[in-house]
Amino acid sequence: MSEELLRIDDLHVSFSTRRGMVEAVRGVTLTVKAGEMLGLVGESGSGKSVTGFATTRLLDAAGRVTGGKILFRGQDVTKLRGDDLRQLQGAAMSMIFQNPRAALNPIRAIGLQIADAILTHKRISKDAARAEALELLRAVQIRDPETRMNAYPHELSGGMCQRVMIAIAISCNPALLIADEPTTGLDVTTQKVVMDLLADIAAARGMATILITHDLGLAARYCRRIAVMERGRIVEEAGPRTLFSTPQHAYTRRLVAASPTATSRIEDLVTEEERERQATFVSKPRPEPAHGTPPLLQVRKLAKRFDQGSAAVADFSMTMAGGESVGLVGESGSGKSTTSRMICRLIDPSEGDIVFDGQSIGHVASRDFHRSPLRKDIQMVFQDPNESLNPRFTAFDCIAHPLMRLDGMRAGEALRTRVEECAERVGLPLDLLPRFPHQLSGGQKARVGIARAIACRPRLLVLDEPTAALDVSVQAVVLQLLDRLRRENDIALLFVSHDLNVVRMLCDRTIVLRNGGIVEQGESRALFDNPKTDYTRKLVEAIPHIETGPTLAAAL
Amino acid sequence: MTGLGATMVRAGRRLLSSLPALFGVLVFTFLLMRVLPGDPAVFFASGPNAGKEEIEQIRKQMGLNRPVPEQLVFYLSDIGHGNLGRSMMTGQPVLKDLRERLPASLELTFTALLIALIAAVPLGVVAALRPGSVVDHGVRLFCALGVCVPTFVSGLLLIYVFYYLLGLAPDPTGRIDVFTSLPPQRTGFLSIDFLLAGDFEGWWAACKQLVLPAVSMALFVIAPLARITRASMLVSLGSDFVRTARSVGLSWRKVVVTYALRNAILPVITIAGIVFSTMLGANVLVEKVFSWPGVASYALDALLSSDYAPVQGFVLLMASLFVLVNLVVDVCYGIADPRVSIE
Repeated sequence: MSEELLRIDDLHVSFSTRRGMVEAVRGVTLTVKAGEMLGLVGESGSGKSVTGFATTRLLDAAGRVTGGKILFRGQDVTKLRGDDLRQLQGAAMSMIFQNPRAALNPIRAIGLQIADAILTHKRISKDAARAEALELLRAVQIRDPETRMNAYPHELSGGMCQRVMIAIAISCNPALLIADEPTTGLDVTTQKVVMDLLADIAAARGMATILITHDLGLAARYCRRIAVMERGRIVEEAGPRTLFSTPQHAYTRRLVAASPTATSRIEDLVTEEERERQATFVSKPRPEPAHGTPPLLQVRKLAKRFDQGSAAVADFSMTMAGGESVGLVGESGSGKSTTSRMICRLIDPSEGDIVFDGQSIGHVASRDFHRSPLRKDIQMVFQDPNESLNPRFTAFDCIAHPLMRLDGMRAGEALRTRVEECAERVGLPLDLLPRFPHQLSGGQKARVGIARAIACRPRLLVLDEPTAALDVSVQAVVLQLLDRLRRENDIALLFVSHDLNVVRMLCDRTIVLRNGGIVEQGESRALFDNPKTDYTRKLVEAIPHIETGPTLAAAL
Repeated sequence: MTGLGATMVRAGRRLLSSLPALFGVLVFTFLLMRVLPGDPAVFFASGPNAGKEEIEQIRKQMGLNRPVPEQLVFYLSDIGHGNLGRSMMTGQPVLKDLRERLPASLELTFTALLIALIAAVPLGVVAALRPGSVVDHGVRLFCALGVCVPTFVSGLLLIYVFYYLLGLAPDPTGRIDVFTSLPPQRTGFLSIDFLLAGDFEGWWAACKQLVLPAVSMALFVIAPLARITRASMLVSLGSDFVRTARSVGLSWRKVVVTYALRNAILPVITIAGIVFSTMLGANVLVEKVFSWPGVASYALDALLSSDYAPVQGFVLLMASLFVLVNLVVDVCYGIADPRVSIE
């Protein structure tokens, strides 16, 4: 089992863009042995997916291999054409993609899609292919496979779609499987089930697997060997333990630090040298609220029913003090986003009341809430920094807009000073203010989103997965920023997230939601260290866990 | 199949919900005809020097002396009994006239749409497979020409080239030349009736008459169909599931036809429905150029002579056809896309 299956030798890939050729992969060299699982880890733009696509020859028309070799069983993949290539694709190597629902043909029954793949490489009858497809659905543990054969992708959950995708990929028993972010976008518990399944199948069938992921924890859990990529190059390759305990390259060190673990604190997320720079901000301890102060936010028996009649949220009650941070966690469909939107007064609750600073706001229609004087006290930061900024507004306009609407400021010197002050507070360089969103990076856009939310000096900031679309190193910086804003300005944070590691670090208290109801709540650390319900325990266990040996703990 | 059942239920609901709109069209055309200038009684009087009394009598005979709301009630009750009135021009009931002429219009429109689809879909696909290439630009030029030349100009050009210069096409007047004996009328579509009667010579003659007008109509609508095919094909080819299909090594044909084109065809169905309805109403120019005995030219003649009943009947017919076409598009869409039936 130790023979070399794939050898990538000094691979260069370029993309032709409007601004000329851009080199995405600049000299990647790696080998994969038969049957092993290799992790290829890096942040967005590091060229990890491009390497995968080059290997399976799926680069789009603009991309071209400009140098190097990809030897698969001694044969150079980059030179294959026509039928030789098709015999390789699917039969000898196959690929699993990131967004499983989009990766399946929406108007073709899944059984047919699996059969299509089988019929391409085997000369068997349609009925035999159908039978094999059914067998594969069983192998990927889809319940009730006979009926699911005729199902369409939109009728299945994301996790199920990914299982179907795995079934298609393994249908012809390839020797190499390339999984490109196979579990990104899935719930933590689903993520674990799908990854376990993938690892089991690969082991049982002796398939080599390249796991392409941005999640160092995930790679560490499943791979014996991890290659770290940065800007088109492999900077380090080692076993997970070595990688975490003694990272050699500066980038790996940064990445390891930024990946949140069960024990890390917000301060740990950047490396020593970066911490020096941030140290100028002295964190002052939050003064204990005077006895008898009413809570900032009080939510009583909140419920939301959508048209179908089933309750998305039911009987949700919570309180928050000023300057407190509370995490709201749960899987998709648990009602956490609905709850946060009701508290933000973006949608109307069906029942219950929301009391903010002693005033009942639950009955003000969400349509009219923008006129309420409390609008500027409750602000929101949205999940996708790309979609939540107006593409026709510059960063300056984005931040100035709430000031003009809610604070009644007019364009002029005062407004400019306020916007610049906001930008400074979130660490956005002032020369970026005239730029449009598409000219900013993901992290910069996230900062604009936060600057816009804090522009009117709110007292409650609701954050809906604000870091879900960001790379870990950017996430680390954003989390630190949020924590600092909370300390400096006494803003209460309601943090909605599916990432338990993040919630554990940032939030004093955590509320676990499931199917629209509260399962468990309490002080974050206690709740995660010692979950009281099975559901919370399952959530906690599903987090990709990095084996922090004694050496690593000491190093931190 | 539950999917098909759901589609039918949806289609039925759509049909019911379109009834008020149809009623609105009815009343609106009625009123419109009353406010248009021109007095039908004067027009249909025996001659230019008909006396006042005679005109008054015709007016009374036509019910024009009564108040408009009363006329409307009479009109509606007539329609309820399936009576669309009588055309002053032909002297026949409007229903009979329309029934005689509608098949001619439908045959022409269907053929034109078919020709347009057969030309447009491959053109769009070819353009999408090689965006920016010479082929793509060629298709774009062809589409632009098709749109910017009005149908009556392209019709006359076609007649000039194929009838006058080359002599390939028959005399471009009507559906069939006067010496051919007509087949027994079954569907009203001449090409089908000839086939049913087993008269292949007649069938060939009818088809030859049909080609030129159908092509000149098709030229006009190829452009929107080809452009939408190209656009949705580009989206489809760049989508994740096509990448999946390529990743397992499916044949080029399977990737392009089964995976990309079947998804790309969905918006084309919608556009084809719209195009069909537009063509049906707008083919009056082609019908005039080729002396085609269709409903549109009939309605135009009626309108010019202030003959109320045929125009009202025509508008009602078009509105009903529009509803029907939308319904068919809906059903097609429901069959082609399993996601639609879930709402």
